[in-house]
Amino acid sequence: METREQMNIVVVGHVDHGKSTVIGRLLADTGSLPSGKLDQVKASCERNARPFEYAFLLDALKDEQAQGITIDTARCFFKTKKRDYIIIDAPGHVEFLKNMVSGAARAEAALLVIDAHEGIQENSRRHGYLIAMLGIPQVVVLVNKMDLVKYDQKVFQSIVAEYGAFLKQLGVSPKEFIPMSARDGDNLAFASDKMNWYTGKTVLDHVDAFVKQQDDEAKPFRMPVQDVYKFTEKGDDRRIIAGTIETGSVSVGDEVTFLPSHKKSTITSIEGFNTPEVKTIGKGFATGFTLANELYLPRGEIMCKSEDRLPIVGSRFRANIFWMARAPMIKNKKYKLKIASARVTVRLAEVLSCIDATDLTSIQGKQQIDRHDVAECVLETTSAIAFDTIDDIQSTGRFVVVDNYDISGGGIITHSTDENESTINQQIDKREMRRDTGIVTKKSFLPLCLDVSKSLIVMVGGGNVALQKLKTIIHYTDRVQVYACTILPQIKAMPVEWTEGVYSPLCLKNALLVYACTNDKELNRKIGQDARKVGAIVNVADDPENSDFISPAVFRQDHMSVAVSSNGLLASTSVQWRNAIREFFTNPMLPT
Amino acid sequence: MDHLEKLEAKSVYILREAYRDFKNLCMLWSIGKDSTVLLWLARKAFFGHVPFPLVHIDTHFKIPEMIQYRDDLARKWYLNMVYGENTEAINQQLTFHSGKVDRLTCCKNLKTDALKHTLAGDWLRYRMNHVTGTYDVDSNKEPYTGVIAGVRADEEGSRSKERYFSPRDKENEWDVANQPPEMWNQFKTDFAPGTHLRIHPLLDWTELNIWEYIEKESIPTVSLYYNQGNGKRYRSLGCWPCTSPVDSNATTVKEIIEELRSGKFANITERSGREQDKEDGGGLETLRKDGYM
Repeated sequence: METREQMNIVVVGHVDHGKSTVIGRLLADTGSLPSGKLDQVKASCERNARPFEYAFLLDALKDEQAQGITIDTARCFFKTKKRDYIIIDAPGHVEFLKNMVSGAARAEAALLVIDAHEGIQENSRRHGYLIAMLGIPQVVVLVNKMDLVKYDQKVFQSIVAEYGAFLKQLGVSPKEFIPMSARDGDNLAFASDKMNWYTGKTVLDHVDAFVKQQDDEAKPFRMPVQDVYKFTEKGDDRRIIAGTIETGSVSVGDEVTFLPSHKKSTITSIEGFNTPEVKTIGKGFATGFTLANELYLPRGEIMCKSEDRLPIVGSRFRANIFWMARAPMIKNKKYKLKIASARVTVRLAEVLSCIDATDLTSIQGKQQIDRHDVAECVLETTSAIAFDTIDDIQSTGRFVVVDNYDISGGGIITHSTDENESTINQQIDKREMRRDTGIVTKKSFLPLCLDVSKSLIVMVGGGNVALQKLKTIIHYTDRVQVYACTILPQIKAMPVEWTEGVYSPLCLKNALLVYACTNDKELNRKIGQDARKVGAIVNVADDPENSDFISPAVFRQDHMSVAVSSNGLLASTSVQWRNAIREFFTNPMLPT
Repeated sequence: MDHLEKLEAKSVYILREAYRDFKNLCMLWSIGKDSTVLLWLARKAFFGHVPFPLVHIDTHFKIPEMIQYRDDLARKWYLNMVYGENTEAINQQLTFHSGKVDRLTCCKNLKTDALKHTLAGDWLRYRMNHVTGTYDVDSNKEPYTGVIAGVRADEEGSRSKERYFSPRDKENEWDVANQPPEMWNQFKTDFAPGTHLRIHPLLDWTELNIWEYIEKESIPTVSLYYNQGNGKRYRSLGCWPCTSPVDSNATTVKEIIEELRSGKFANITERSGREQDKEDGGGLETLRKDGYM
């Protein structure tokens, strides 16, 4: 039997930027409305002497119509030739952020709507941030209401430039920006003849071009234990460990480890009801297992395959949190953390930085997390939990925080941290201060040879200094990311990833080495501080005092490398030495 | 995984989550196709068992075959079957059929109020005695604080705004504007004393998905859904005075699936045969806010 593919998409945007109109149009133009519905709404508009709008189609609830804003995540359905869609309308008003989050968290792709006339607004930015954090993989930006700006290409382009740069900082790269008018249907289902300068796809074509997420069975096996069942009715003596497999796969006979308890057993059977017996089962299935021996297992353990890479077990981790509750998240208060199937008591140990989601500026020194803030912080649980970092495995790296019965915040784990790490950070900060006041005046660098082929190197700066450093770096790794407002064409031609845009601490994520070589000395120092906070080691250009490492002058030949350092003090002397050594080995007149 | 496997897995997860967190849990069973699929999913989730009671509200206007089917399955699957009713309204004939009240008041009397008080435990509940195969008055009067219901988001407007775990206050009221966030399979499972939750594992299913799954799993359904030879079948089941069939020649599940895929009903809402919807502004919202399912 033919089965049609299904996809969840979300439409988000600032209030009044036209989300509901976009959805109403999508339904109408794809013929997905029950015929009575359109007439019913039109008649109702006529009765109330209001001009008909496509947005009214969605306003199924009376009190919503009264307020004129979408208060909740409504679901509706439309079909194209390719597949069926569940479309989630997420409210744009900041008061309803938790509804927007609920809608967006279910989506496989997002349409971000921006009013061409009003331009980028606070929530356009906040939504961009949340989409990045919620991990929605595919985004298209709709520049709506082009009719209000006379279909002006310049207006469109300035939004593309500004919002594109903003999203890039967050690591979100939209598939396209589409100039359109939902009210008139321009570039929605049909290509518009009013904007011939736009040659890209229509909204509907882009929606059909979204791809389904791959089921990633290659990752390590993780199944949060949701419950352990023993239903004795009708002589059933099975003891079943039940849960939904988040990643990987597992087979009968495999040895499994439960974390954080570290209990082990072997899978005897994979259980199901009215389903053929299977010996292997993988990601996505809500299933159950019987084990070779009866373990006492509290709910909330993560079942893993013993031979796989195991999750981290700990009680302290670094996370990014967004807070939705009126009452702020404060230190030394007990909250409930729900992560995978575990529920534990947690407290806010440290606020590392608070980011104002509207402009991504970071507010330092804040001691609590207020409503609608996005914060980088350290959380501490009262008992150990098993988890992964978000870059490793999404589903065991994200959590919600419950305050007084309500889900108040959501977050992702960025790093594990042990008891000591924060102390180390404090020591670094103290050292920074001592440097700034000139107590530490000289230092000497340990020469070593580092394998960087599997690590990320981040270069902030795109001018000549960066170019010279990159010329050496690219011989040792191809995992280099370059960030700068403008990047030299020679750098762009190198085998590196580059992004032009304003610096944000987010670009340092996961870096092992960071080079700060912009032409702004103050900024370079700040990059240095940011880099240490994320655990990277840093080189601040022309500032050995604030660097963890420096770039020696290097001479390479075949398998040999010679590096010369003057501890950052006499760069020209280092180069002289290096050149002398090169001459020694490359001059055919000399014995080698 | 295909789309039915994904829908099944999500619903099973939600059912297990509900079972984990609620001591006084029940599942509403209207005998219709959706709540029967829900019942089947419970058997999936709990490996052939249904570890909570099934609650049915008997309006005494259900088509008799539905009651027969309910009791047959309850015996066969050994269900903890409970029903409740508004005895007073039925005895005094405060119904639409008698002409004494309008449709919406009838719904409120026979369904909403009966449900409210059956869940609260302050009206009589009747429970199937599996020894005799008949119903006894249930001695358990504890209120149910978690109620699993088979509503689908695609059915009509107000249902599209539901959460998987949706809190109702003491009066059973639904605060639509202030619902809890849900993300990454984390739902509202903590609640203050006095509130209770509605749990909606079928929210993402469509009418077509329901029938596809009925076919895949061979789930028994009431024959009223199929053409009985008069060229008509019921698409949605309710009380007979307020429910009308649609024109259809479908006599099997396969034919219903083909009919739905053909787009024959693309322009007719599923509940078009349910008269009370039309009188509630097309949204059922007034009824639902008050506790209607």
